Amino acid sequence: MSGAKIEELVVISGKGGTGKTSLTASFAVLAGNAVLADCDVDAADLHLLLRPVVLERHEFRSGNEAAIRTEECVGCGICREDCRFDAINVVRGANGRPKFTVDPLSCEGCGVCVRFCPVKAVSFPERVCGEWMVSETRCGPMVHARLGLAAENSGKLVAVVRREARRMAEETGGGLIITDGPPGIGCPVISSLTGASQALVVTEPTVSGGHDLERVLALTRHFSVPTAVCVNKWDINPGMTERIEEMAVRAGSRLVGRIRYDGTVTTAQLQELAVVETDAPSTEDIRRVWNNLGLLKDLPTKDEVGDPGHDDVDALVAKKPAEKKQGKKSL
Amino acid sequence: MILAVASGKGGTGKTTVSVNLAKVFGARVQLLDCDVEEPNCHLFIGGNPCSREVVSIQVPGVDESLCDGCGECGRFCQYHAVVSFGGAPLFFPELCHGCGGCQKVCPRGAIGEKERRIGIVETVEADKVTLIQGSLDVGVPMAPPLIRAVKSRMKHGVTSILDAPPGTSCPVISTLRCSDFVLLVTEPTPFGLHDLRLAVEMVKELGIPFGVVINRVGIGDERVYTFCGEKGIPVLLEIPDDRRIAETYSRGELVVDALPEYGSLFSTLLWNIREVRGKEKGAKRVRSKN
Repeated sequence: MSGAKIEELVVISGKGGTGKTSLTASFAVLAGNAVLADCDVDAADLHLLLRPVVLERHEFRSGNEAAIRTEECVGCGICREDCRFDAINVVRGANGRPKFTVDPLSCEGCGVCVRFCPVKAVSFPERVCGEWMVSETRCGPMVHARLGLAAENSGKLVAVVRREARRMAEETGGGLIITDGPPGIGCPVISSLTGASQALVVTEPTVSGGHDLERVLALTRHFSVPTAVCVNKWDINPGMTERIEEMAVRAGSRLVGRIRYDGTVTTAQLQELAVVETDAPSTEDIRRVWNNLGLLKDLPTKDEVGDPGHDDVDALVAKKPAEKKQGKKSL
Repeated sequence: MILAVASGKGGTGKTTVSVNLAKVFGARVQLLDCDVEEPNCHLFIGGNPCSREVVSIQVPGVDESLCDGCGECGRFCQYHAVVSFGGAPLFFPELCHGCGGCQKVCPRGAIGEKERRIGIVETVEADKVTLIQGSLDVGVPMAPPLIRAVKSRMKHGVTSILDAPPGTSCPVISTLRCSDFVLLVTEPTPFGLHDLRLAVEMVKELGIPFGVVINRVGIGDERVYTFCGEKGIPVLLEIPDDRRIAETYSRGELVVDALPEYGSLFSTLLWNIREVRGKEKGAKRVRSKN
């Protein structure tokens, strides 16, 4: 199915803990055979609900890290003077001379110390920053990653995850990529967002949720990504929900529904299930949001599964196992 | 004392813990909002803004009359922020880490530095709390330089509470570095536990003493407690799952103001932190004596 149109939905939130991952997992189930990408690379949780079977593991190498060879160091301290990241520590060595070392957590791998060391005593090995995996889940293939502890380059790892997801979507003709994004508005979020066909921002009716939504909507506008908004736990504060929805519309985004506060979402998590796989009351809200996103409309599978109206989603979910098998064969 | 409030997972209650702790602290205290991507402490603190400064980083600029297009700057830059195709180099400031390398390697001294705005730092005085918060400009990818700018305004000798961003990557490390104690806020759910494990590995790597706050106690299961028990991690506070707390938070009110019955929770947390730190120090003294 080469040349098939690929749609990519990125679920983000600005504020953390608003329900991105729970929603993404439900969308994965409702879509049936989308390619899934977990781009929250420093605290990835989607695998806890989708229980992927890992098929491939790859090291993620990115950039370099300075290391001073103590035996060759003459203790001039030029590296420490030049370093803009305060990454060179100095202690008194055994012989009374200063001993210089690189703090790997502070080193940003710029290479200034390597270049300007007068006796060339600084090594510059490649840095392993984490790993990324290709897996199979009950709702289709999944690409996910784990950033090394305190590692740099989360944006680049996100880019790798998205590139692989896109490649798989092209290969399998899956058409749809659903991406679980990170919180915030910084480097990994920008990396998750750029070039996506649609962003869904999940927010909550709190002053923090509203404040963070405003900033994340400014970001999606900045990168010209069409944006939908849904308010989770809307009934915690109905007045705030209305104000947030008004603000979202004014900011040029589209409302795709409200999801009620539902304590049984945690129960689904404990059972390692997506909410829509349980009889949680919020299931019907989530289905409405999914339908309003209108993502299945242009998919090549449309004719096979019929137009996904409200009721047809059940049929779609019921069909899922058969579709999954097909997907496996084409892998 | 510098006390950082962090968590692997977002939305577990870092800001709730930070602002309520600052409120019950009693003496003068500095509250630093280091979640510069989404700063929220000010929504709960109120008070009067007393300063607002623009923060910039140094990025390169080229004097084309001096540049001979040798391309050394482009070959040196590890971040692909400088590209040279035989003429004057092109700079991509959003990729630049500000290491100054291109300037140093340029044989003709054609590269200087100019300022690029990344955000602002504001100071707010509210009773005994001094809030210092950073706010990253939308579209700027790199938070750590702004976090360092927020921390550089911290006065030593006054207790500081640092509200960290979620996760375990560079913005969190920039926040936690040089803290004396870290509170890891989590919830008793599979997501909470999974991200707590990552956060614990991170603070161990940094070598900072820490304890755990469990929020929304009553939901989920017992596994967070089992984990803390097995690892010998002190649980310093449990906040019950109470819809009234969620509603209070939603309105931007402090729990200790709106629900006075919870006031003692946060005072107890302060007390518990002091006790754990006292023990740590005692243990260190014993170790160093031996």
